Amino acid sequence: MIESLIENVSTYGGNIDGLFTLITVIVGFWFILAEAVLFYFIIRYRRKKGVKAQYVTGEKKKEHNWIAYPHYLIILFDIVIIVGAVMVWYKVKQDLPPADETIRVTGRQWAWVFTHPGPDGVLDTADDIEMVDKLHVKVDTLYHFQLESKDVVHSFSVPVFRLKQDAIPGRVITGWFEATKTGEYDIQCAEICGIGHGIMAARISIETAETHQVWMDAHGGSAETRRIAASEKIDQGKAEDNNNG
Amino acid sequence: MAEAVTTAETTEGAHSHHGEPDFWSKYIFSTDHKMIAMQYMFTGMIMALIGGYMAYVFRMQLAFPGESVPGYGTVTPLAYNSLITNHGAIMIFWVAMPILIAALGNFLIPLMIGCDDMVFPRVNRLSYQIFLLSAIILIASFFVPGGGFGGAWTAYPPLSAQSQYNLTPFGAPMWLLAVALEFVAFLLGGINFITTTMNARAKGMKMYDIPIVVWMIVIASILFMASVGPLIAGAVMLLFDQVLGTTFYNPDAGGDPVLWQHLFWFFGHPEVYVVLLPAMGVVAEVITVFARKKLFAYKTILYTTFATGILSFFVWAHHQFIAGIDPRMAHIFTVTTVLISIPIAEMLFCYIATLYGGSIRLTTAMLFALSFLAEFLIGGVTGIYLGASGTDIYFHDTYFVLAHFHYTFFPIAIIGFFTAIYYWFPKMFGRMMNETWGKIHFWGTIICFNGIFLPLFVLGMGGQHRRIYNFNNFPDLATPEMQDLRIFATWSAVAMLVFQIPFLINFTVSLFKGKKAGKNPWNANTLEWVAPSPPPHGNFAEMPVVYRAPYEYSVPGREKDYWPQNMPD
Amino acid sequence: MSFQAPLATSRSVTGLPTGRLAIWWVVVSEIVIFGGLIACYVMFRLRHPEWGEYASHTSTPAGALNTFVLLTSSLSIVLAHQAAAAGNLVKSFRYIWCTIGGGGIFLLVKSYEWTTEISHGYTLFANNFWSFYYTATGLHGLHVIAGMVIMAIISIGVRKGEHLPRVEYIGIYWHFVDIVWLFLFPLFYIAK
Repeated sequence: MIESLIENVSTYGGNIDGLFTLITVIVGFWFILAEAVLFYFIIRYRRKKGVKAQYVTGEKKKEHNWIAYPHYLIILFDIVIIVGAVMVWYKVKQDLPPADETIRVTGRQWAWVFTHPGPDGVLDTADDIEMVDKLHVKVDTLYHFQLESKDVVHSFSVPVFRLKQDAIPGRVITGWFEATKTGEYDIQCAEICGIGHGIMAARISIETAETHQVWMDAHGGSAETRRIAASEKIDQGKAEDNNNG
Repeated sequence: MAEAVTTAETTEGAHSHHGEPDFWSKYIFSTDHKMIAMQYMFTGMIMALIGGYMAYVFRMQLAFPGESVPGYGTVTPLAYNSLITNHGAIMIFWVAMPILIAALGNFLIPLMIGCDDMVFPRVNRLSYQIFLLSAIILIASFFVPGGGFGGAWTAYPPLSAQSQYNLTPFGAPMWLLAVALEFVAFLLGGINFITTTMNARAKGMKMYDIPIVVWMIVIASILFMASVGPLIAGAVMLLFDQVLGTTFYNPDAGGDPVLWQHLFWFFGHPEVYVVLLPAMGVVAEVITVFARKKLFAYKTILYTTFATGILSFFVWAHHQFIAGIDPRMAHIFTVTTVLISIPIAEMLFCYIATLYGGSIRLTTAMLFALSFLAEFLIGGVTGIYLGASGTDIYFHDTYFVLAHFHYTFFPIAIIGFFTAIYYWFPKMFGRMMNETWGKIHFWGTIICFNGIFLPLFVLGMGGQHRRIYNFNNFPDLATPEMQDLRIFATWSAVAMLVFQIPFLINFTVSLFKGKKAGKNPWNANTLEWVAPSPPPHGNFAEMPVVYRAPYEYSVPGREKDYWPQNMPD
Repeated sequence: MSFQAPLATSRSVTGLPTGRLAIWWVVVSEIVIFGGLIACYVMFRLRHPEWGEYASHTSTPAGALNTFVLLTSSLSIVLAHQAAAAGNLVKSFRYIWCTIGGGGIFLLVKSYEWTTEISHGYTLFANNFWSFYYTATGLHGLHVIAGMVIMAIISIGVRKGEHLPRVEYIGIYWHFVDIVWLFLFPLFYIAK
């Protein structure tokens, strides 16, 4: 259902979409049933001349069963939903499968800074590639991300992955994703973070191993220039906002 | 004690006829519960217009980004944030709360329990004055240098705590002060509602003879009182962070920004039920009267209310699933959140079952009450997606959430208010409202309401996030199809606002020219319909005595299909 | 503007005086306010063992003295209530002022403490422990001051023999203020 509106390109996106469908079926059933009964009653029991309303207290056992049985059914369906939710949550957020590669994502007012580990595959070394508002990842590779924030609460959201995680200043939050398809997609900030919240957009580029290598060769070792570019962009963004404000 | 009461009740007649008070003591400094209710109601309505205007401005900006909005001008990002923040805060704290709890509670509780006023009339007046002050401070905060606060109504620090981040050095503390004062006003009001209902009921009115709406307002006041305390403490800490420079929420100095989120949502979730319950109560009164039916399973409804109220204290972290809390905690909060569907669903079933075998008259009030049930159901079922941790990962902070809670808050605050006003208008002002205009207002409002928020569900499912002033910055969201949905929602919002004009005209004209209403135009059972319309100071010429439960409609063997609570046989 | 008490104020369906009911609800809402603040402090404290060291700079003897003063004043307000119930207005009036005096001593000791601490550099901004310390004890101190003012007003009524049940109500409030202190004292002074 969600796939018809937005692509799913992560390994766990399908689980979330599946859970969505499961819940839709269950609550859709209840919703249609309840609305149908409500509208049926409204039409069926419109005021008619000479027909007096019935006197039903709802306190008798038999009457009470009208709501008691649906009620038990709801408990049953609730358990199904809870089990589904717990399983999906466990897979996406609680379980941390071993990483092929680790990146660092830093939110700040109002840009995303992505630190790629570079050719040696290790963060915090000289060959790290730092990019602003552009994340490059390889397809079919399991990434860990270390999410940080420099100032206020941001939220790292990649809708095509169905992934979202708040970045809390002073903490490092680790999560994971694995892309299943190449392409370029939006990254959003999902938590209001000041006047530039609306421009805090980034792109994720999911590449094959070869394309990724080409990109890395082009940018490897030029971390310093990237950093300069980053600060320029942020200054420019701030100036823009000041003009607007 | 009992003897003293009897003496007082017999001297009642003289008490209600003292000299005509002047303008100030009648309208401004009155301690009369009805006048305070009107003060709350009109303040709430004015605030609703302000909040609606804000919604109009930011919806126009979203539909036609960057273009000048008629009646406002160009919307800057700073102004956009301030508009959405204050729209949310106003609609919840200065519209839903004052109208549903304070206005209805003040107007209805003494009348429905057969009493002449609140037990602490002067505390009541103080409560309104503090509330008014809070509203004035809030409105003033839009005009200080830097403009109004723009860190969302949830006010997460560090954004809300440090002006270097939110750029509103005066707006932020003023906003927080206004909210804190509003809390104090409602604590005072709540104590009044609870003690009045406990101690000042008419002779013969036992616990299960209290109308549901009174129960609901009292339970809501208790929920409010039990949940707001930590947030008041938290607000003091945040105010210190903002104004004095302490570091409670500042991570750079060992503070904890997530602490605020816990305090806020520990209050924030029960708050949903604080405003929901009075609206449910109003709907119960209206559907029983216009279906001529006894409320189905009165006691069950009460028990489910208690269950909902208690459960609502254990669900708060479902607002923080992805906020960096321990992932194992999410399981617990998923379970509690999904479980809350059980009492709420049962309550709704009881309401629907009440219609069974009725003799339904579709007045405007009844239409609004029924639409409350139909629309609130959408809000209810979409909440399951967000309470279930797995799907919330995707939906958190998208327009899906926004559409979900507007499907709960709009029925609560707006439909609930219209239900109440169309139903109790004759009692409040002694005249009837026009039904034809009422129905035009009803259909216009309901159709446009769905036109606004159904597209927003779709946009949310498509990955559109909240609080973004211009979606053109996001290539995946800037598609023409999505923009069409935004424009559709915006025009629906504009149309809905236009449809409030018939209401305002109907309201004003009926106030002076409406058909005179008798004491009991709807043939209802509850005690407020025993008093004259509008009730004079002191409410009842003779204090009523209660003989039965409030919903004895269509009792077999009786000629009339209603049986007022105060009728001996 | 004359105020005429409505009939509602004289009813008592529960059999309990409305004022007593109301004061209990006030206490309930105050409990959650202080409860929230204290819970926040405890959460921080558990995460920051170094706060024990900061706490050693608060003066335990002064805190202990204040505990003693507050407990004594709680006793005197009970005696004031008893005297008022027995119709002994003069005695009740005196006991109320004893209680106010107790509050005064409490505040004096408190201001001595704050002055000493501030002069040693432990201000509101020193670190989060001190922020909590000043916020919690300050909020409590405000409650003490409010209680003293209300008691002074009530004492005037007692003299004239009016509104005697109010002595009981302020007593309930004063006990609450006392109990809050019994939480603050160990948390900020004793636990090192």
